[in-house]
Amino acid sequence: MSDEVVLLSIWPSMFGMRVQIALEEKGIEYEYKEEDLANKSTLLLKMNPIHKKVPVLIHNGKPVCESSIAVQYIDEAWKDKFPLLPSDPYHRAQARFWADYIDKKMYNASRKIWETKGEDQEVGKKEFIECLKVLEKALGDNPYFGGEEFGFVDIELVPFFSWFYAYETCGNFSIEAECPKLIAWAKRCMERKSVSKSLPAAQKVYDFVLQLKKTMGLE
Amino acid sequence: MADVVKVFRTWSSPFALRVIWALQLKGVEYETIFEDITNKSPLLLQYNPTYKQVPVLVHNGKPILESLVILEYIEETWKENPLLPEDPYERATTRFWAKFGDDKLVPSVRGVLMTQGKEQEEGIPVVIETLKLIEEQLKGKKFFGGETIGFLDIALGWTANLMCVFEEVTGIKFLDAETFPLLSAWIENFSDVSVIKQNWPPRDKLVLKFQAAREKCLAEAATK
Repeated sequence: MSDEVVLLSIWPSMFGMRVQIALEEKGIEYEYKEEDLANKSTLLLKMNPIHKKVPVLIHNGKPVCESSIAVQYIDEAWKDKFPLLPSDPYHRAQARFWADYIDKKMYNASRKIWETKGEDQEVGKKEFIECLKVLEKALGDNPYFGGEEFGFVDIELVPFFSWFYAYETCGNFSIEAECPKLIAWAKRCMERKSVSKSLPAAQKVYDFVLQLKKTMGLE
Repeated sequence: MADVVKVFRTWSSPFALRVIWALQLKGVEYETIFEDITNKSPLLLQYNPTYKQVPVLVHNGKPILESLVILEYIEETWKENPLLPEDPYERATTRFWAKFGDDKLVPSVRGVLMTQGKEQEEGIPVVIETLKLIEEQLKGKKFFGGETIGFLDIALGWTANLMCVFEEVTGIKFLDAETFPLLSAWIENFSDVSVIKQNWPPRDKLVLKFQAAREKCLAEAATK
């Protein structure tokens, strides 16, 4: 029986990019459906009635919501292909810990950088850089978060890289100056087809953020 | 080589209870280290420099942090009495609802426990709506895990003990049997499981603790 795999997302969503990278890494055929969040499709509302958010992975008609859960699902449902999580339980626990840290800390801090100004923005920048430094320390001298192999934590974090130029420009700071090793890691990940295919161009994301700010009256 | 398992916890932490329940359900022997949150041990700070919190599971000297991450680790390390279903889709659904409990139910309850007046009034329907979504997951089941308790029962288990404590502290009824027949039955069944029953922290001590926490929070909010 051939699998039917659909990904509902919007192109700037870091969370959608995670799922897309995972599907690409596993070589899974899927249909990408771009959502309009101002006019959510019946399919999205049916598949994610609880949160009404993207991304949603739909596998043979059954929805999996929440990007980190979807990436783990992809790893388990297609377990004979390129593994995304390490095999050892302790390393898996470390991977899950860092994925949870990224979800808890990075996203909220990053929003402050482009959604706010002045004092609030400075707080957001500081929190964001602190997060990146913690992650940079966790990376150490390894090529990837999982060690020698690209995997789960890399997938969870690298989509944020497509937003870095937008953060830097809105916040007037340089991420590379603060976290050079992390930028080197991100560029290494971008050499993978799964990542370069799933991440939009930095300028495109920045233009999107400018448009969002206008819509939200945040200029 | 014998396993050395340690759990850093406080007497009241509902997140630490998840770890205790899972270890006991799997028959794993462990040593408990009780922490005083106002005076954290150097060992805790060494094992959890990121959050400096309990619970921490230390297995043969290696620390694992964050209660849901610890549950997954316990499940993968000790195979007796599996807590997660085998099917990947069912596992994803279980994880979704465990995350939902932490991301939505916990903050909504905190939003009523730690507020008063209009703010508190507005928070109550949020708790009720969140509980209704969770209630639906029990349709046709004794436990979230089916016939026996599983990952999601453990993740949501804090409600079986603490919701009535919060009701006493706030004077607000969240979980009445008429609105939530399935959750009410689940609370009884879940609380009856011996591993759960024998580990509940003393109720009167919990009431005092949360009363004090509420008063402190309201006082802090008043000075802002």
